[in-house]
Amino acid sequence: MNRPETTEKNLKTEHKSGVEMDEALVKIKTRALSVYYGATQALKQVDMDIKKQAVTALIGPSGCGKSTFLRVFNRMNDMIPDTRLEGKATIDGIDIYSPNINVVTLRRLVGMVFQKSNPFPKTIFDNVAYGPKLNGVTNRSQLEEIVERSLIQAAIWDEVKDRLHRSAMELSGGQQQRVCIARALAVSPEILLMDEPASALDPISTAKIEELIHDLKKEYTIVIVTHNMQQAARVSDYTGFFLLGELIEFDKTERIFEVPKDKRTEDYITGRFG
Amino acid sequence: MMAQDIGWLKPPLVDSSSTPSIYRMTRRGNLSQLLTLKTFRAGEWIVEKLLAAAGMISILFIALIFVFLFKEALQFFKTVSPMDLIGKWVYDEYDEKWVFKTMWQAISSVPKYSLLPLLCGSFLVAFPSTVISAVFGIGCGIYLSEVASDKTREVLKPTLELFAGIPSVVIGFFMLMVAATPLQDIFHTKFRMNAFVGALGVTIVAFPIIVTLVEDSLRAVPKALREASYALGATRWQTIWRTTLPAAISGVSAACILGFGRALGETMIVLMVTGNAALVTGNVFSTVRSLTANIAAEMGYVEHQSEHYYALFLVGAVLFVITFVLNIFAEIILNRMRRKLRM
Repeated sequence: MNRPETTEKNLKTEHKSGVEMDEALVKIKTRALSVYYGATQALKQVDMDIKKQAVTALIGPSGCGKSTFLRVFNRMNDMIPDTRLEGKATIDGIDIYSPNINVVTLRRLVGMVFQKSNPFPKTIFDNVAYGPKLNGVTNRSQLEEIVERSLIQAAIWDEVKDRLHRSAMELSGGQQQRVCIARALAVSPEILLMDEPASALDPISTAKIEELIHDLKKEYTIVIVTHNMQQAARVSDYTGFFLLGELIEFDKTERIFEVPKDKRTEDYITGRFG
Repeated sequence: MMAQDIGWLKPPLVDSSSTPSIYRMTRRGNLSQLLTLKTFRAGEWIVEKLLAAAGMISILFIALIFVFLFKEALQFFKTVSPMDLIGKWVYDEYDEKWVFKTMWQAISSVPKYSLLPLLCGSFLVAFPSTVISAVFGIGCGIYLSEVASDKTREVLKPTLELFAGIPSVVIGFFMLMVAATPLQDIFHTKFRMNAFVGALGVTIVAFPIIVTLVEDSLRAVPKALREASYALGATRWQTIWRTTLPAAISGVSAACILGFGRALGETMIVLMVTGNAALVTGNVFSTVRSLTANIAAEMGYVEHQSEHYYALFLVGAVLFVITFVLNIFAEIILNRMRRKLRM
């Protein structure tokens, strides 16, 4: 995979968000993206460039549209009746809402980890092998290999290797969540969407997940929704602040947290509201 | 007892005339008295006891039915050996030899009380009807819960439930007068009234039960599991087949068991359309007599507290035990599902 180095010289494009990013490094791009649930507008004209192999955090108070934004990229919003989308969302320059897009293939490319760990009531092995099996992998040894690799990547292999054929429901919340991450990784996605992956976990499990995110960004483009400001600051390279469906500010994480341009961003991250 | 000023309980800036009575009371009384005072509300007490009584009475009735049924049924063994429930050695005067007869022939010079033909009859009706209801019921349940739009479901589900409300005598009449002859033509059966016609009739009552329970158990599968499956790139069918249905499998099995129990218990349809000849057979196109139909057919003319009378109670007790066991099985399986899905 070619990974062009970022230098001050090749930063070309500039958007109202304030981030300058080389086109070649942009994985996901949205332009004037609006999402409606029936008559309610959940997202208003969002422009954002999400960088390859980096972690982009989405922060903002509840109901600000950050989860909706996240679910745009694997088209999970499609499943909610009466959802309408305007504007453009592209991955590698391909419009993912164009009519000839195969949603099933898209979702294999864009993995997702949910807020509440949701392992299937199956064995740990079958949980992780679920995606590969959908893709037609039936060879047992190949499956075993994928399962092992994914569990190692998700930093849970050592804890579960002796009980792969026990139910995933027996694991602790933090372990379940990492099995869910392994499950998402098993289909070799390019993008990983994480919807508050650590919000239901204790501090130790949270630290493990954060460490994991840090390792995963070497290979994946990660977009993470979080309520936890410190978490955003710790794990992400870029941060977008949403308020009432609007992207208020989007910038490098350190700039958002150190020198926010917008008063509302400053108020939010300093805890004055939200 | 401490007598102290507990004026702090009163919220500040509230006019004392409009404050809730608890604050006014505490100003006069003392806190420990107030906190240990039992509240007694007569209305609440009565409602609580009435509800408890309603619950207890239903248990009591079941227990009484159970006791009565078994008390009568056990009288049977005073005069007849348990072996007779399987068959009886009878001397055949025509052939001049002893033969083992597995027959139900309560009115006879040598009464025979074999349960085998009745069990055959019951299962030959209940089993095919459960299989048919399960195949269509599970399909229909999946459609209702996973595929149909809300609008379709709102129309379809009550319509299906109407089936369960059709009096079984009406279904029996329909099967007898309308369906039996064409069915005989299609399957070229020897008897117009046979177990299969009965099974189809019973299907009409067992099917809605299975559909409802299957749909409920599929809907009880958390949405998060479906989302996880879709997010991994599963199609709707893959999600149903690999996630939703396996997660609900206990509920689906329980639905089939309860449907089977319902089919076993059905009386009127079976009595009307299966021909009622008590034969030991494995042929679904044979005429049969079920446990239920046997009671219904003979209870009318049985002599009170005779051997025959007790025999019918015994048949009832057997039926009771079978459905009771089936229900307990279903309950255990459903509980296992609830645990598995952490509901």
